Amino acid sequence: MDATFKVQRYDPESQEGSHYEEFEVDLPEYGSVLEGLLDIRDHQDGSLSLRCSCRSAICGSCSMKINGESRLACKAMVSDIKETEGDIITVEPMGNMPVIKDLVVNMDMFWEKVEKIEPYLQPTGPEPEKEYLVSNDEMMKLAVAMNCIMCGACVSDCTVLEVDKTFLGPAALAKAFRFAADPRDGAQEERLESYNEPTGVWDCTRCFMCVQACPKDVAPMERIMDIRSMVVENEIDKKGRGQRHIQGFIDGVKHSGRLDEFGLARKTFGFPIWAFELADLGIRRILRLRLPPIIHKSIKSAKNVKKIFENLGV
Amino acid sequence: MPQHQVLIVGGGLAGMRAAQKAQELGMDVAMISKIFPTRSHSAAAQGGVQAAVSEDDSWESHAYDTVKGSDYLGDQDAIEILCSEAPDDIYSLERMGVVFNRTEEGKIDARAFGGTSVKRTCYVADQTGQVLLHVMWEQLIKSGLKVYSEWFVMDLIVEDNKVAGCVAMEIPTGKIEVFRSKSLILATGGIGQVYSPTTNGLVVTADGQALAYKAGATLMDMEMVQHHPTTMQANGVLITEGARGEGAYLLNSKGERFMEKYAPNMKELASRDVVSRAETMEIREGRGVDGCVFLDLRHLGRDLIMTKLSQIYELSRDYANTNILEAPVPIQPGHHYIMGGIKTDVDGRTWDVSGQNRWQGVEGLFAAGECANVSVHGGNRLGGNSLLDTIVFGRRSGQGSTDYAKSTDWVNIDENSVIRGAEDKIKEIFARPSGGLRTANLRSEMGSAMNDGIAVFRNEEGMKKTLESVRSVRDRFPKISLDNKGKIFNTDLLSVLELEFMLDVAEVIGIGAIERKESRGAHAREDYPDRNDEEYLKHTVVNLDENGEPKLNYIPVTMTQWEPQVRTY
Repeated sequence: MDATFKVQRYDPESQEGSHYEEFEVDLPEYGSVLEGLLDIRDHQDGSLSLRCSCRSAICGSCSMKINGESRLACKAMVSDIKETEGDIITVEPMGNMPVIKDLVVNMDMFWEKVEKIEPYLQPTGPEPEKEYLVSNDEMMKLAVAMNCIMCGACVSDCTVLEVDKTFLGPAALAKAFRFAADPRDGAQEERLESYNEPTGVWDCTRCFMCVQACPKDVAPMERIMDIRSMVVENEIDKKGRGQRHIQGFIDGVKHSGRLDEFGLARKTFGFPIWAFELADLGIRRILRLRLPPIIHKSIKSAKNVKKIFENLGV
Repeated sequence: MPQHQVLIVGGGLAGMRAAQKAQELGMDVAMISKIFPTRSHSAAAQGGVQAAVSEDDSWESHAYDTVKGSDYLGDQDAIEILCSEAPDDIYSLERMGVVFNRTEEGKIDARAFGGTSVKRTCYVADQTGQVLLHVMWEQLIKSGLKVYSEWFVMDLIVEDNKVAGCVAMEIPTGKIEVFRSKSLILATGGIGQVYSPTTNGLVVTADGQALAYKAGATLMDMEMVQHHPTTMQANGVLITEGARGEGAYLLNSKGERFMEKYAPNMKELASRDVVSRAETMEIREGRGVDGCVFLDLRHLGRDLIMTKLSQIYELSRDYANTNILEAPVPIQPGHHYIMGGIKTDVDGRTWDVSGQNRWQGVEGLFAAGECANVSVHGGNRLGGNSLLDTIVFGRRSGQGSTDYAKSTDWVNIDENSVIRGAEDKIKEIFARPSGGLRTANLRSEMGSAMNDGIAVFRNEEGMKKTLESVRSVRDRFPKISLDNKGKIFNTDLLSVLELEFMLDVAEVIGIGAIERKESRGAHAREDYPDRNDEEYLKHTVVNLDENGEPKLNYIPVTMTQWEPQVRTY
């Protein structure tokens, strides 16, 4: 099977900036994008740099953007892509992280966020002599989040991280769920309190990009929603952020037909946190020209949206 | 010059476990890994980890199964330690956070695996290695271990047969640095890429074995290379033994469960060498399809497959275009593991502390995990014993390296000359005129030759041909030239350095294999089809001699309570 790869190249040691190069490869019937890239590296241009190891979607090394979407190169089958997305396969490094060379990015920011959620079991009370007795169901509920191989695809495609580097992000929060929901953990309350802070679970805009990007069906956004539920159910959310966030979301869309980001942040975190703690985010957004409009305009069919809400009794 | 009392090379399970132990004991510990630790190949272990945790089981039974599985080549004192210490290690992993599958009483559950007399393999669905690896990594975050991630170790530094540290290159920058340590533990994993195809990851390139061998340590039983019975044809990726543990059948092209013929009692759950040979016989006798037989999981039902073997469902869909709920998946034996490795005692030491110089080693140098040979796997490793090996002997080498570091002084290093040596080596490779040979072509020549001659069945002629091919590749090795002569993330350069490691190790495998004139465990010879305890119940050991040539020798197997018996399943 022939395929054309259009690969983003960048070598900090050369004068040439970031650019694209095209390669023709011949692959076996079920060849992956990774096999295509290895063929290029092995037989055409050994200077192509990428991270890879297991070839079976378990080590998490080979995340990259393939036709604009973050995926594992070893799991992206060339024949599938050709069938549904066209003949040319464009390969670029992950987003939201600085490029070191070609398809290799610096993941420091990713690991720092994972470390921030205190990613280790913190049992309290006397340790059992053997194992903790827990039900299989309780363990398997965590296994969904344990599927995470920390490949970075969700962080690469996260639309919040694009504008707000302080957000803990989908990978770290999916891991946070794994500990907060572990019956053996003794720090659940402290964990939920910290994930409830600004930069935590309420910063997710539910854009679904991480769910789509995740190659292991962890569905990070759903894990973030799980934590939100735990925050509300455990009455951690004494400042009522969760409830206000949900109400703010509804009010905004009901009123104008679209999300009022300014209003949402103001309602979720309340005054003065909204004004002070989020001020630097606002400034960064202004600098990157990504500030939501201060004057919130309604969409044309806002009236119809309002009717939908009224019919639903919301 | 970074300096740590205990330095660990390799970031997989064995390395992490060693680091954890040494740190617990108050050592200043650091880990060097050529990849970020969670990328290590330990993650690819699917089926589980063995330990006698059930009430109807005993460590003695586990030990007997392991001795028998090893075809009596395993050292029985080491196997007794492995199996008797296993339950406590598994419980401690559980308390650290591993989400083991549970029984109805909430205890750790165990599944059936090949070559075991009872259900003994503790598991997390079919992603046990990944979960263990991540939990161990979490523990290192908790303890704040210093990790030099993406540093490639080029050489060990040895003075008067005493380890002094190592020299390594930082992959993202190309910077070369000397690391000084009192104890150094190699935990670099297997040799996978010496073979093509292999279930092992692209980073599994025999680094530790080659570093130790060049430094003066001993490689033992390197001819004992395991081919796993169920690997996928397209890319050699593994399908867990847990599939057969849960009840999957092996079928030939006529739809017959052929294992009934080869292992009437254990059938699909005979040990790996036995099943791989049976598959090869079926294929050779014309009852395969396109070089494969079939693994049939359909009768297990959707519920079991989707909860306990979901990764296998996914891999078969992605790499074999097969829905295992509806059709059998084509599989074949493929390179998977090496039982042989750096000779160590039960505390990970590569040198003989008895003072009798029974084998050659390097003082202060330790090894653990797949790169080491304690030896608990002998001629054939049982599934689920490799994860256990990393955990038990990783921990013990953490203890051993601490004890040693406390008892010794720092060794002086001429830092500048070591760095200059490493830089000169790279300069020489860069200086070669372009248009030379390509690393990948030589690597695949070696890999195919190994798979042709030293795989499931072997004979003198085939093995000699393989060894000749390996030596011919080594002769042409200096003619390789690179496309990339830069400093930053130069994987072109790494591939050459890795190939150099692999060629040394491939030669040792070949030498040991040709000289073991019997069939034992994974070493099945057509020209010597029987086990010969009288002449070959002994370990093959290979060292570099004064002229830098491999030197073959033998040392006895340690027996405690199990006399060799005829091995049937």
